[in-house]
Amino acid sequence: MIKTISGIAAFAAAAIVSAGVSAGTLDDVKARGELNCIVTTGLTGFAFTDENGRWDGFDASYCRGLAAAVLGSGEKVKFVPTTGKTRFTALNSGEGDALFRNTTITMSRDVDLKLTFLGVNYYDGQGFMVPNSLGVSSAKELDGASVCIQTGTTTELNLADFFRANGISYEPVAIETNEEGQTNYLAGRCDVYTTDASGLAATRATFDDPGAHTVLPEIISKEPLGPAVRQGDDQWADVVRWVLNVVVAAEELGITQANVDKLAKGTDNPSINRVLGTEGNFGELLGLDKDWAVRVIKTMGNYGENFDRNIGPSTAIALQRGLNAQWTDGGLMYSPPVR
Amino acid sequence: MSTATDTVPASGAYEPGSHPDLAPPPGTTGPIRWMKDNLFSSPLSTVLTLISVYIVYTVVTSAGSWLVLDAVISADSREACQAIDSGACWAVIVSRFNLSIYGFYPDAERWRLNLAFILLFVALGPILFDNFPARKHMMKFSMAYPVIAYFLVVGGMGLEPVSTHLFGGVMLTLVIGLTGITCSLPIGILLALGRYSKLPVMRMVCTMFIEFIRGVPLIALLFVASVMLNYFLPPGVEFDLLFRVLIMVTFFASAYMAEVIRGGLQSMPKGQFEAADAMGLTYWQAMRLIILPQALKVSIPGIVNTFIGLYKDTTLVLIIGLLDVLGIMRSSLADPKWNGLAHEVYLYTAIFFFISCFAMSRYSLYLERKLHTGHKR
Amino acid sequence: MSTATVSSTDQGFSLLRLWRNKESRSVIIQIITVAVLFAFFAFLISNAATNLERIGKNYNFAFLWEASNYDISQTMIAYTSQSSNFQAMIVGILNTLMVAIFGIITATLLGFFMGVVRLSNNFVANRMVYCVIEFIRNVPVLLHIVLIYGIVVNVLPHPKAAMNLADTFFLSNRGLYFPAPEFGDAFIFVTISFVAGIIGAFLFARHAHKVQDDTGKALPVFWASLGFIIGLPVVVYFISGMPLEWIPATQGKFNLKGGMPLKPEFLALWLALSVYTACFIAEIVRAGIVAIDYGQTEAAHALGISSGRSTQLVIIPQALRVIIPPLTSQYLNLTKNSSLAIAVGYMDIMGTIGGVSLNQTGREMECMTIVLVLYLAMSLMISAFMNWYNSRIKLVER
Repeated sequence: MIKTISGIAAFAAAAIVSAGVSAGTLDDVKARGELNCIVTTGLTGFAFTDENGRWDGFDASYCRGLAAAVLGSGEKVKFVPTTGKTRFTALNSGEGDALFRNTTITMSRDVDLKLTFLGVNYYDGQGFMVPNSLGVSSAKELDGASVCIQTGTTTELNLADFFRANGISYEPVAIETNEEGQTNYLAGRCDVYTTDASGLAATRATFDDPGAHTVLPEIISKEPLGPAVRQGDDQWADVVRWVLNVVVAAEELGITQANVDKLAKGTDNPSINRVLGTEGNFGELLGLDKDWAVRVIKTMGNYGENFDRNIGPSTAIALQRGLNAQWTDGGLMYSPPVR
Repeated sequence: MSTATDTVPASGAYEPGSHPDLAPPPGTTGPIRWMKDNLFSSPLSTVLTLISVYIVYTVVTSAGSWLVLDAVISADSREACQAIDSGACWAVIVSRFNLSIYGFYPDAERWRLNLAFILLFVALGPILFDNFPARKHMMKFSMAYPVIAYFLVVGGMGLEPVSTHLFGGVMLTLVIGLTGITCSLPIGILLALGRYSKLPVMRMVCTMFIEFIRGVPLIALLFVASVMLNYFLPPGVEFDLLFRVLIMVTFFASAYMAEVIRGGLQSMPKGQFEAADAMGLTYWQAMRLIILPQALKVSIPGIVNTFIGLYKDTTLVLIIGLLDVLGIMRSSLADPKWNGLAHEVYLYTAIFFFISCFAMSRYSLYLERKLHTGHKR
Repeated sequence: MSTATVSSTDQGFSLLRLWRNKESRSVIIQIITVAVLFAFFAFLISNAATNLERIGKNYNFAFLWEASNYDISQTMIAYTSQSSNFQAMIVGILNTLMVAIFGIITATLLGFFMGVVRLSNNFVANRMVYCVIEFIRNVPVLLHIVLIYGIVVNVLPHPKAAMNLADTFFLSNRGLYFPAPEFGDAFIFVTISFVAGIIGAFLFARHAHKVQDDTGKALPVFWASLGFIIGLPVVVYFISGMPLEWIPATQGKFNLKGGMPLKPEFLALWLALSVYTACFIAEIVRAGIVAIDYGQTEAAHALGISSGRSTQLVIIPQALRVIIPPLTSQYLNLTKNSSLAIAVGYMDIMGTIGGVSLNQTGREMECMTIVLVLYLAMSLMISAFMNWYNSRIKLVER
């Protein structure tokens, strides 16, 4: 009897994937040897799976960069795809270690949902896309329209506010994922698709005839998108925050995927040396080693490279840098100095 | 017919009892009579026939050309498909076929899934058919199969471990369905015995559990698994999502299983219980040796039906982000190359489910017929 | 259990005896069960408390009274984004009930129809219905829902080119638009006469029953009830000057305006649930009628009961006895399956309180508790009702 019970217990224990006292997320991730990274179920350019099932995109690159910093390889990531609805629960229930899912930073999410946001990796705003055939040129003309909207997002709340503020009515069509939104919009279930302007551009890029659809000029909200972690683990928050910062700093300092190895041998520029760990011991202060930033940049490139590769003007999505340019070019990308 | 009657000699030419059978009167057999009986027996029936024939004709001709005649098997994208012909674009299924079967399981390890699948039939054979060769010995293999399959699929014992987040497609459907049914059978038996027990506390606890599970939708339970369950575990202990889903699916199936088995228990004549008591058997002996073997035999069709239901319900896991066969095919709709091929994708999935569920329900019917003869009261 | 045997060796011979005694043993087993369960739940609750505290959350329902901040497209009560989460929940409950009730009605009608066709000797119709039933039954209901939704959205025309029946009913990929009723003041009389008609029909039926018991004369209950329930209100309606107008939808800039719309999400869910459940009901009905021995029909005919009356008085009541229990579980299944609304964005219980509210407030524990309690209450009510009905028609064994 006891034998069978212990046998069953052992079997059950084998099925439990991770057990142990959670000292801190950083130690957990190191012990596990794998980073659980929460991403969207699929948004072209930001996070999506290619035909071989490999995750790629602007946000997915950050996951790989973070894994490279902590675990030494950008392949040691388990991607946890979530909908707008399940993402915070996935983070808070411990299913994922970090959330890189074009998530808007808001006060209530920070305070009430008990998340810690670490900075902005993409400045966005909510826009509307309509077919040209409707002849609409401003969002204020949308009285009575059907609007496709992802549930559980800030855009859902902004939309309600925008229409209430302008005293016009609409029919919300609730959808779960961007792909559903796209399908419903193209099928004509809704007249308007609303989400972050970047998302609209990404979605429009996949259409057969992108020219037949217009993104309206109104941007009805501020949507600073950035990664988040669970509240109360400062060490892990620091690691994610500095991965975020270091790619911006790298672009500013001219460190690229191509030249990072050469620069990591030592340069005359102390700023570069500090970032790449040839001067100071910033990596150890973070709980990592001194080459962490080299691995991050080698894996995902600097901010500009990541942007250009996944969503930049040369891609199908063709987003301009705009607010997301370096501060030296009139944008908002500004990394605190590494020192 | 008329030729047959012509050749019959006049009556009286036969010995008594040796008269050959006469052909039936004209108009009572043959296709015309059959049609009269089965298609045009009344005005209502005639109308029904005409409407049905019209529906079948329209469906077959329009679906036939879309499904087969105008369909495209190989192309690189939807546009390429449409350039070739106007029908269904099966190329999307062809290009995603492996993904829909194996999910994200690593290529190099897929032989393990194939092996596990083949062994599944070897293990099921002796359970499903009682004229299976060497059934007694094979039964031992069937008992060991869950353990073998576990190591084959998850890894360990010298096999490369494969993380559960790579599970998907048909393989995930089978993993959830089979685990659910295997684990729920013993739990269901215990629950049924508990509900049928004489101890009031046992009866109450089991009844409450069964009624609770049967009272809420599976999707709510899956949401509990995905958003709530981790809160109830000691800090630091985490189950991965698939494991939590398996727990909930097992609970769900065992409540239904318990009701099926309770039906079997109730169909036992009271004399069986009394006879067991009279023999001086203890409760567990009586159950194990007398009651359960009979009750389970009666319940097998119900168990198979529960399994079919569970198997279809595995599709719900896509709502909490696990990519079963429907989920993985649906996600391929987001691929810009194959955008908007919903009909092909859903039809493929529907056919997959139809084939597997129809086969199972046929088996269940076969069992019912077989058991019926041996168990008439 | 093991502690009982160990301690019994020295200090308590009585313990062993207690264990051997059948009655006291059952008491011990039950006490142990209760203790184990209690400990298990205490363990779960303390874990939950620790975990919630660790991430700084608490367990309270105050969020229910805060503004929900989101809009819902199909609502039966007044609701705006400033309404509370509680009101959103009520909207969800009503939407669930609506699709469940509509679904149960259509599934029953369709199921009985298909069941009867399956019994007919018309070969083509019989086989066709058989194929349809087998195909639909063996495909998951979720797939039906997304498939029908896909068809509604992709195949039906845009509202500008809506299918139009006499400028009154419109069908497009934005839904099915009925004309909206507009009630005049005098409509209250029609309502009153309708209620009065129901009471009248009920009283007449009782009277007729009594007459039949006493004299054996059967009064035309059906026609009289019809007259009471339908006829009376119709007469009152015309007398009071037709105080009801039907206002059809009109073309707006984007959508049809006005009217009573059934949204595509609702249509898809309703159709899929009805058709799927109807296939199971059809088989139940067929089995129920087949189960009635043909001798019953012959006996009824031998007694001189007409064919229609024998079906009504002999076959159906007996078949119902076989049909009702499995029918109940189909109704329960349909109600529970309505939670799959989430796949098409129909805002039912899972969509409102278990979906958007849960996500926007981050109160998983509270929202899921509410959802479970609501579904449980609904299931228990349906089974209580059907049990009551079942006990009414049950064979009284003497």
